[in-house]
Amino acid sequence: MRKLLYLLPLAAFVGLAGYFAVALLSDRDPHELPSALIDKPAPAFDLPSLLGGANVTSAGLQGQVVVVNFFASWCVPCRLEHPVLMRLANQEKVAMIGIAYKDKPEAAKKQLDDSGNPYRSVGLDLSGRTGIDFGVYGVPETYVIDKTGRIRRKFVGPLSPEAVERELLPLLHRLSQP
Amino acid sequence: MITETGHFALILALFVALVQSSVPMLGAARRNPGWMDVGRSAALTQFLLIAVAMGALMHAYIVSDFSVINVIENSHSAKPLLYKISGVWGNHEGSMLLWVFMLGLCGAAVAAFGANLPPALRARVLAVQGMIGVGFLLFILFTSNPFLRALPPPPDGHGLNPVLQDPGLAFHPPFLYLGYVGFSVAFSFAVAALIEGRVDAAWARWVRPWSLASWCTLTIGIAMGSWWAYYTLGWGGWWFWDPVENASLMPWIVGTALIHSSIVVEKRDTLKSWTVLLAIITFSLSLVGTFLVRSGVLTSVHAFATDPARGAFILVLLVLAIGGSLTLYAVRAPVLKGGGLFAPISREGALVLNNLLLACGAATVFIGTLYPLFLDAVGGPKISVGFPFFNQTFVPLMVPLLLAVGPGSLLAWKRGDLLGALQRLWAAFGLAILVVLGGFYVTHGGPVLAVLGLGLAAWTFGGAATELAERLRLFRIPAADSLRRAFHLPRAAWGMTFAHMGLAITVAGIAASAFDSETIEVVKPGGEIQLAGYTLHLDGVERGDGPNYMYDDASITISRNGSTVAVVHPQRRFFPLQQQTTAVTAIRTNLLADLYVAIGDPNPAGGWTIRAYYKPLVPWIWLGAVIMAFGGLVSLSDRRWRVGIAARARAAMPQPAPGA
Repeated sequence: MRKLLYLLPLAAFVGLAGYFAVALLSDRDPHELPSALIDKPAPAFDLPSLLGGANVTSAGLQGQVVVVNFFASWCVPCRLEHPVLMRLANQEKVAMIGIAYKDKPEAAKKQLDDSGNPYRSVGLDLSGRTGIDFGVYGVPETYVIDKTGRIRRKFVGPLSPEAVERELLPLLHRLSQP
Repeated sequence: MITETGHFALILALFVALVQSSVPMLGAARRNPGWMDVGRSAALTQFLLIAVAMGALMHAYIVSDFSVINVIENSHSAKPLLYKISGVWGNHEGSMLLWVFMLGLCGAAVAAFGANLPPALRARVLAVQGMIGVGFLLFILFTSNPFLRALPPPPDGHGLNPVLQDPGLAFHPPFLYLGYVGFSVAFSFAVAALIEGRVDAAWARWVRPWSLASWCTLTIGIAMGSWWAYYTLGWGGWWFWDPVENASLMPWIVGTALIHSSIVVEKRDTLKSWTVLLAIITFSLSLVGTFLVRSGVLTSVHAFATDPARGAFILVLLVLAIGGSLTLYAVRAPVLKGGGLFAPISREGALVLNNLLLACGAATVFIGTLYPLFLDAVGGPKISVGFPFFNQTFVPLMVPLLLAVGPGSLLAWKRGDLLGALQRLWAAFGLAILVVLGGFYVTHGGPVLAVLGLGLAAWTFGGAATELAERLRLFRIPAADSLRRAFHLPRAAWGMTFAHMGLAITVAGIAASAFDSETIEVVKPGGEIQLAGYTLHLDGVERGDGPNYMYDDASITISRNGSTVAVVHPQRRFFPLQQQTTAVTAIRTNLLADLYVAIGDPNPAGGWTIRAYYKPLVPWIWLGAVIMAFGGLVSLSDRRWRVGIAARARAAMPQPAPGA
């Protein structure tokens, strides 16, 4: 019996290694997680607005190309991503919807007040339900939704300037063509 | 040519490592002194060869040899020399080379300073070091070779990530890696002891200096990384519970447990199999950290360019190293006989409590870091874990630990007197109460928990001071006698005092971060901001050119009650090559508080975004860490680690008292 106790660390490690192997083999790179929702209609949502006013809803986005960005004030990569989003909003005039994922409203508000708000409107996903519907792996994540309300592309992790130049902007340009 | 020499040296190092991992091991099994001695020369040779490889890569960076792919991808001819050198390890391939360089250094150190080790133990330790070397050299040569050439060479390189172009990169990774890899020595000692089936007080004496040295460098490495993040990222944070930070914190926590539990093995000849397990786990966590960072299974700010082939390779290495050592542990550890018995209330008991809490703390961080991965693998909901999780789980575990530091160190071995220890801590208790009351008075209506945290820090500090006073018999014998006792106190005792006081100082700095005040405003030149009694006056912003960037340099005069305190120059740098902006913050410190100023983007309507923080006690976080590491160094200089003493202790061991 006592001997079994000494096997415990090994057993724990075998389990862990199994998880590592699954993680390595299934989603080879979390930055390029394919979304099961690509080319499917975006999940419907109806969230209270962080900045006051009407609720932020999926119905309100119909007929335009939008970028939906999940963020949180407690998320460090989001801060790295922030200057990129600001540039997208100010220079490229991209319509961006922010979804504050499992964040305290005042913390998210303060964050946007402090460092600038790149979003047209910001929804509060307090329960994380909308995040689950979208299949958010971890914040930040960014989704491109076309005029018909379908998800066309998903970016996991902070948007890099290169990804914006090479993928996001060309895609937005293409989708905006009538 | 020099690059090829480096490449060749690295291949040769692999073959030497193969010899080092096999011949001494066989020699130890066959009691063949010649074979056992191969370990020492192989370890020294392996280190020299890796040093040649390291030098060759550094040369390629310094002369900007753009025929080497690694240099193209991570360097640029216009980069300042310091960053050409530190850029060597600012990328995946180069940092792995630094990793094996440190591993080689540790092996060479065992070979050079291990003259007092029994030959068989030394041979086995070096063989295990050699095996780790083989694994990582194979990894570098097959998946992450920094010496590959590109034809034709491009005119210039892609440059280094601007965030990494900071003196911090020159020092943070080498210290961190030396700390990580240094624990490989403790690991090798543990494996060698399991093979021999013998763990005794002498073994603990040999392991302890190595774990202490690694612990010191890891402490410094983590503190530097945190300070670097604090001053470069420009929003005043210093710890983010990022997976990569956690990967360095976990070996530190378990390593802290290890340096405490090995005291018990040394003094009381018990807790053996637990200590061996800790030695294995500490290094295993370093390896797991390497895997997490390099394989890309978790998203992180620090993410290196990732490649699934690399992840798979490291996973195989993990399974061989950790799985192998834990298998050996499962088979051999039951053989290790426990020694002295002790009552629950005793110095041993206190150290067991310390180990228990630290192990739980490490497990919490581990689960928090890997939770997204676990859930994902079983198809559960996708979540991410951040600050809230760690604040609610890790912090409460550290509270009893801090409460116990003072009383624990006052307990006697075998059977202690808790009530007596607590009575002797009256002064520490008084100090803590004073700090809490004073804290409430000053920060009236402020965060309550932070004030209690300061009280906890005062209690810990007072406990360490009381322990020292008890040893010196301060105020009970004439001061001159106390002073004489101070000189004769073992260095290890002084080391403990410093380390515990450093811990208290760090805790105070962390607790006080709840009192930060900050302001962010758009200011036009000539405008002012008020913050925590200071006035920040923006004199103007100048634009200029750095070596490989353009900068906006703000001149801000800080004054208090009308008198000028300082003029600071925060900058905002734009790197055209990477199209990236970085902040250079200006920090004014008086060691009691930091005034932290960063400038942000220019406002279209004129003026600049200025972000300023007033952070009381924040420098104490790093000051405390430096004092902790200093304590480790002082302990390391204790005369009992020096040549010969351990050997004599071992010779004296197998003669137990009759009837014992």
